[in-house]
Amino acid sequence: MSDRRLEVDGVSKRYGDTVALSGMTFEVRAGEIFGFVGSNGAGKTTTMRIALGVLAADAGEVRWDGVPVTLETRSRIGYMPEERGLYPRMKVGEQLQYLARLHGLTKADAVRATAEWTERLGVAGRMGDEVQKLSLGNQQRVQLAAALVHHPEILVLDEPFSGLDPVAVDVMSEVLREKCADGVPVIFSSHQLDLVERISDRVGIVRAGSMVAVGTVAELRAGGTEELVVDAPQAPPGWADGLPGITVVRHEGARTVLTLGQDADDQAVLRAAMATGPVREFARRLPSLTELFRHVVSAQDKPEEAAA
Amino acid sequence: MMTPDKLRIGSREAIRLVAVREITVRIRSKAFLILLGITAAAAVAIPLISHYANLSSGPTRIAVVQQDAALAPTLQATAAQLGQKVTVSTVADHATGVDQVKSGDVAVLAESGPQGIQATVKKTLSTPLNQLFQVVDQQTALNDQITKLGGNPATVGQAVASTKVQVTELQPAKAQNGQRLTIAIGAALLLYMTLMFVGQSVAQGVVEEKSSRVVELLLSTLRPWQLLAGKVFGTGLLGLIQMLVPAVLGVGVGLSTGALNLSLGSSVGTVAWALVWYGVGFALYALVFAALGATVSRQEDVGGLVLPATAPLILAWVVGISVVPSNPESSLVEWLSMVPPCAPVLMPMRIAMGVAPLWQMLLSLVLAIAFSVLLLRFAGRIYRNAVLRSGARIPLREALKAA
Repeated sequence: MSDRRLEVDGVSKRYGDTVALSGMTFEVRAGEIFGFVGSNGAGKTTTMRIALGVLAADAGEVRWDGVPVTLETRSRIGYMPEERGLYPRMKVGEQLQYLARLHGLTKADAVRATAEWTERLGVAGRMGDEVQKLSLGNQQRVQLAAALVHHPEILVLDEPFSGLDPVAVDVMSEVLREKCADGVPVIFSSHQLDLVERISDRVGIVRAGSMVAVGTVAELRAGGTEELVVDAPQAPPGWADGLPGITVVRHEGARTVLTLGQDADDQAVLRAAMATGPVREFARRLPSLTELFRHVVSAQDKPEEAAA
Repeated sequence: MMTPDKLRIGSREAIRLVAVREITVRIRSKAFLILLGITAAAAVAIPLISHYANLSSGPTRIAVVQQDAALAPTLQATAAQLGQKVTVSTVADHATGVDQVKSGDVAVLAESGPQGIQATVKKTLSTPLNQLFQVVDQQTALNDQITKLGGNPATVGQAVASTKVQVTELQPAKAQNGQRLTIAIGAALLLYMTLMFVGQSVAQGVVEEKSSRVVELLLSTLRPWQLLAGKVFGTGLLGLIQMLVPAVLGVGVGLSTGALNLSLGSSVGTVAWALVWYGVGFALYALVFAALGATVSRQEDVGGLVLPATAPLILAWVVGISVVPSNPESSLVEWLSMVPPCAPVLMPMRIAMGVAPLWQMLLSLVLAIAFSVLLLRFAGRIYRNAVLRSGARIPLREALKAA
C-alpha cells in the first residue's frame, strides 16, 4: 500500500489562447501530505479538477497505483472543490449520507460515517439543519465532511483551510495527518504558506502551469540561500560593510540580516559584531517557505514578462 | 482503519439515488404541495358540482290529489316519452298539495280541471313541466275526439308511435357531448400544467446544482448523463403523481357520483392515453429544459430562458381550449396534434373527444418519440458541455460544439 502513488504526468490544458497547464508533473505518495502552492491562476485548481475528472486534460494523464485514473478510481477520492458546493436547501445529515451513497457506501455505512464525521468535525448538532442556515465556517466543516464521508483512498483538497478559524484549522490538520497515517495520499493547496510548511511532508511550487520546485520543506529550504541573523544593538549602521563576501540584505529592527558569499567567513562576522558591543543573537537561518516562494515566483516572472 | 469494500455503484443505482433525492427534496417543497392541492381539489370539485347541479334539476316531483289518481300513470308515461324524469306522488287533498308546494317538497300540484290540468306552483311553471302538461292535455283532447269519431285511441296511439324518421348519415358526427369535452379540457389542462411545472422544476434543479457548485462534487463520482437521467426521472415521477392524483380523483368521483356516465373503459382509456402522452411530453420537454438550465449559472436567468421553450406548449393549450370546444374536428387542431411539441396537449384532447383515428394516434406518438430521441442527443451534449462552466450564459451553439 505504501508504494502506491498518485502521479500527475505531463498534464496540459489550454483555454483558447490561454495556457492553464503545460506539462504539469509531480507525484504524491501514499501516506504523504503534499502541499500545493502557487500564485492565483498558476494552475493548482485546474490540476485538481483534471485529477478529479471534472475537467478533461488536453494531454498527459493522471495515474493512481500505476493505472490511469478512471471514474471508478475517482469515486474513491475525497474532493473538496475550490468553489465550495453543497445543496443549500438540503439538510446536513441527508446531504452527507447522499454523497456517501453516491460513492458506493451502503445506507447503514453512510449513516454511520455521517455521524462519525459530523461528530469529529464539530457539526453533529447541525445534522438536521439546512446547509444554508449554517455559518460559513460550519459550511466549510460540512464540506470537509463531504470529502471524507466515503472513506476515501486519496484526498484532493483545494484550499481546505481558507475561511477556517484557528480551532478548525487544528482539527483539519489533525484529520489530514491521521488520514495520511492511514496511508492515504493527501494533496492540498493553500496560500497560507506557514501552514503548508508546518504540515506538509512535501511541497510543490507551481508557476504558470508547471511545477517549478518540488521537495520536502527541508530540501527546498536547503536549496535556498542561507542567511545570517545578527542582533548587535549597539552596532552602528554599515558595521558589516567592509567584510569580505558579505552582503547586507536588510535590517529587522536591531537585527541585521546578511548573506554569505562562497568564501565568506561567518566567524569574521561574529568578531566584527562583537567589536561593536554586546551580541544577543547570532544565527544561521534557512529561508522560510514564504521567502522561497517569493523568490521562485518573482525570479521567473521577469524573463517571461520580457519575452511576452 | 479498514476501509470498507468500495464497489463502485452501477448506473442504475446512481440514477436511482439521484432520482430519490430529487423526489424526497421536492415532494416537501411548497410549490409542489400547493399545485397538487389545487389540482386535486379542482378534480374532486368539478364532478361533485356537476353532480349536485344535476340533482337539483333531477326528477321533478309532481303531486296529484287522490281523486285524480288516474292522472299519475298518464303523466309518467308522457314524461318518459318526452325524456323527462318525474316522480308522481299522491296527496289526500288540495290543501295538503298546496302545503307541499309551498314547502318545496314537490315542484307542482297537478289537478284535472274542466279545461285540462290545473297546476299550482310556487312561482312559475317550468318550461318542461308546461310542455308535459300541454302534451297530456292535448292527448286527452285528441283521445276524446277519436272516441267521438268512433275510433280507438289506443290503436291510433300505436300507429302514431310506430312512425320514425329514417336518417342516413353520410358523414356521421362523432359523439360530442359535454362530458367528453370536460374530460378533454381536463386532460389537456393537466398535461399543460404538469409539463410546465416539471419543465421549470428540471431547469431550476439543474441551475441550483450549477449555482451552488455542488455539481462539481457530484460529477467527480457520477457521469453527467447519470446525473441528468436521475434528475429527469425523479422530476418525471413527481410530475406523474401531480397528474395521476387529480386524474384518478376526478374520474373516480365522476364515475361514482354518476356525473360521468361514460363507460368505464372509455374513461380509463382516456386517462391511460393521457398518461402515455405525459411520458412522451415529459421526455420531450424535460430534456430541453435540462439542457437550457445547464447553460446559465443563476436562478434569475431561468425565467427568460424557458419562455421560448414553452411557446409550443402554450400554443397547443391556447388552440386546444379555444378551437376544440366549438369545432373538435378542426383541421388546424388535427395538424397541430401531429406536431411533436404540440402533440402532448392536443392529441390526448382529440382522443378524449373521440375524434382521433387510431392511425393518427399512433403516428403522432411515433413522431413524438422519434423527436425526443433526437432531442436527447442534442440535450445530452449541451448539458455535458455546459454544466461545469460557470459564469455568463453559454450560447447554445458553443455548448453544442465544445468537445
